Amino acid sequence: MIRLEGISRTFRVGAEPVHALVQVSEEIAAGEHLAIMGPSGSGKSTLLHILGCLDRPDEGRYELLGRDVARLDETELSLVRRHTIGFVFQFFHLVPRLTAIENVELPMLFAGVEPEERRERARRRLDAVGLSPRADHRPDQLSGGERQRVALARATVLDPKLLLADEPTGNLDTHSGRQVLALLEEMNAAGLTLVVVTHDPAVARRARRILVLQDGRIVHRGSGERIGDALAVLQAAEDEERAG
Amino acid sequence: MSARDLLLFAARALRGHRLRSGLSLLGVAIGVAAVIALTALGEGARRYVVSQFSQIGTNLLIVLPGRTETSGGMPGFGGVPNDLTLADAEAVVRAVPEIDRAAPLVMGSETVAWGERQRQVALVGGTHEMLEVRRLALARGRFLPETPWDRGAAVAVLGQTLARELFPGTDPVGEVVRIGDWRMRVVGVLAPRGMQLGIDMDDVAVVPVATAMKMLNRRSLFRLLLQVRGHADIDRAREQVRRVLVERHGEEDVTVIAQDAVLSAFSSILGALTMALGGIAAISLAVAGVGIMNVMLVAVSERTREIGLLLALGAGRRQILAAFLAEAILLSTAGGLLGLAAGWGAVRGLVALFPALPAAPPAWAVAAALALSVAVGALFGVLPARRATRLDPVAALAGR
Ligand SMILES: Nc1ncnc2c1ncn2[C@@H]1O[C@H](COP(=O)(O)OP(=O)(O)OP(=O)(O)O)[C@@H](O)[C@H]1O
Ligand SMILES: [Mg+2]
Repeated sequence: MIRLEGISRTFRVGAEPVHALVQVSEEIAAGEHLAIMGPSGSGKSTLLHILGCLDRPDEGRYELLGRDVARLDETELSLVRRHTIGFVFQFFHLVPRLTAIENVELPMLFAGVEPEERRERARRRLDAVGLSPRADHRPDQLSGGERQRVALARATVLDPKLLLADEPTGNLDTHSGRQVLALLEEMNAAGLTLVVVTHDPAVARRARRILVLQDGRIVHRGSGERIGDALAVLQAAEDEERAG
Repeated sequence: MSARDLLLFAARALRGHRLRSGLSLLGVAIGVAAVIALTALGEGARRYVVSQFSQIGTNLLIVLPGRTETSGGMPGFGGVPNDLTLADAEAVVRAVPEIDRAAPLVMGSETVAWGERQRQVALVGGTHEMLEVRRLALARGRFLPETPWDRGAAVAVLGQTLARELFPGTDPVGEVVRIGDWRMRVVGVLAPRGMQLGIDMDDVAVVPVATAMKMLNRRSLFRLLLQVRGHADIDRAREQVRRVLVERHGEEDVTVIAQDAVLSAFSSILGALTMALGGIAAISLAVAGVGIMNVMLVAVSERTREIGLLLALGAGRRQILAAFLAEAILLSTAGGLLGLAAGWGAVRGLVALFPALPAAPPAWAVAAALALSVAVGALFGVLPARRATRLDPVAALAGR
């Protein structure tokens, strides 16, 4: 489903280049559940943004569903983001003035779905994340876990193929985090390809595969079953980081 | 994304900060209200003048003794003009075929008395034709008899107010009144007419012109009003009248004014004034536009994360442009409509205060004010909306 070949992304801060990703190559199959770990600043979010077509690599080739993303123009990219990719963020990113159900309707609004159908589909998605009773609440009337579930409903309402989650449980207590994780897994089980950036071993261990990034490079490829290996590499990387 | 969804989304965003939206909307409202009220005022003045002129009839030539260049000057400068006589008037009518009706006029002031009651009024010497030429109507009795102009008669027609004051509860027709030292029989009473170019036509006594000249001891007419057959004939008739009088007097000592020319001059001056007032008021709309731009710039920077989110959800840049532009246009259009209502209210208030002034905003001003208010939103909304579309999605999501 996804093929990355020699992806590099360099930011320039003043005269100093920051190599956020260096020669990253990876393949992600349809229906996979992949966790990305790594110390802070290792390039996890940058990788996720490139996968989500929100950012473009400076070097390398990104193929999504057999299409070379570099060749897509602005309009085609927005269509890919709309129909192929769903995003979940650490800070939920709900629109504060809109109710839960209106937030879920948002992608369909810009996709031009008719109002009745919009309402109906949003209601079904909210139901699936167990939030029907909160449909008319605004984000500030919801708990963190509820907000993330609304965000999850919104990210999947147009039935994307790929769900990208950047620290989806990073701002949640253990219980809410578990609820969100269970929902993610449920969707993955139904065929959705899932890529989760996380610091949380409890989240990462549920993934079939784990990647560990360090300084923009993939330094470890492992599995959720053998999370101990990944955590050891991560620990070493963080120690290295601290040592400077 | 349908236009309806777009507008609802924009309206929703505006309701998020009512005070800020309301204030910038108010700016446009004030601008539009100013355009409406000021142009209504100008248009009212123009209509007032036009109606005043048209009350005394259209296609009218006015002959006055003396040349305009000298008549207002110091006595002794420029020759004393010859009298404008009844014979002159008859000669003009005979010589110029384009003239339909003529009304020689003499004006003075006299006391009119009946029994104990008396009243100082304007005495107008006129002819039978004056009724038509000056657009007068009778409430009672007849007007002056149709006799040769140089023949006097001891008859008078009274204005409405004069008749009421002298004859309370009595029909004056057939009664004999004293005007100065003269005794005159009342033959008719004018219908209410009000002010006509500075004379209260309700408070006059009208007698035959020859009689008035004797009573007031005048040898010259005050005015000679000539009604020309058709609008197209006015310039030719005017030239002929001038030539006849120059020939008779041996010099150019009369002034012939086409009332139409005066009217259209006034009308176009006041029309230009109205445009200028509207233009000045429109400047305030531009100021309001800057206010809208400011509000929208704040909105864009406040909602940076939201814009990032919309991009991540697959909204196109054009859609984001449209959404923010719609907000600006919605603001300014709502302001325009509010201003229209306020301006209309102000005009109504003005008319209630000064009923004589037929103030009404001209249709072009209403249309222009509304179109401008929409345009102001579109114009001043473009910059902020484009700023929104230029955001980098990743940076926007991070609130940068
Ligand atoms: N827009 C940018 N401009 C400059 N540097 C950037 C930019 N975005 C990211 N970086 C840098 O790129 C590197 C990778 O950043 P990234 O956000 O991908 O890290 P991360 O692994 O997601 O870290 P965290 O766990 O803290 O979220 C960091 O050193 C970061 O400072
Ligand atoms: Mg990150």
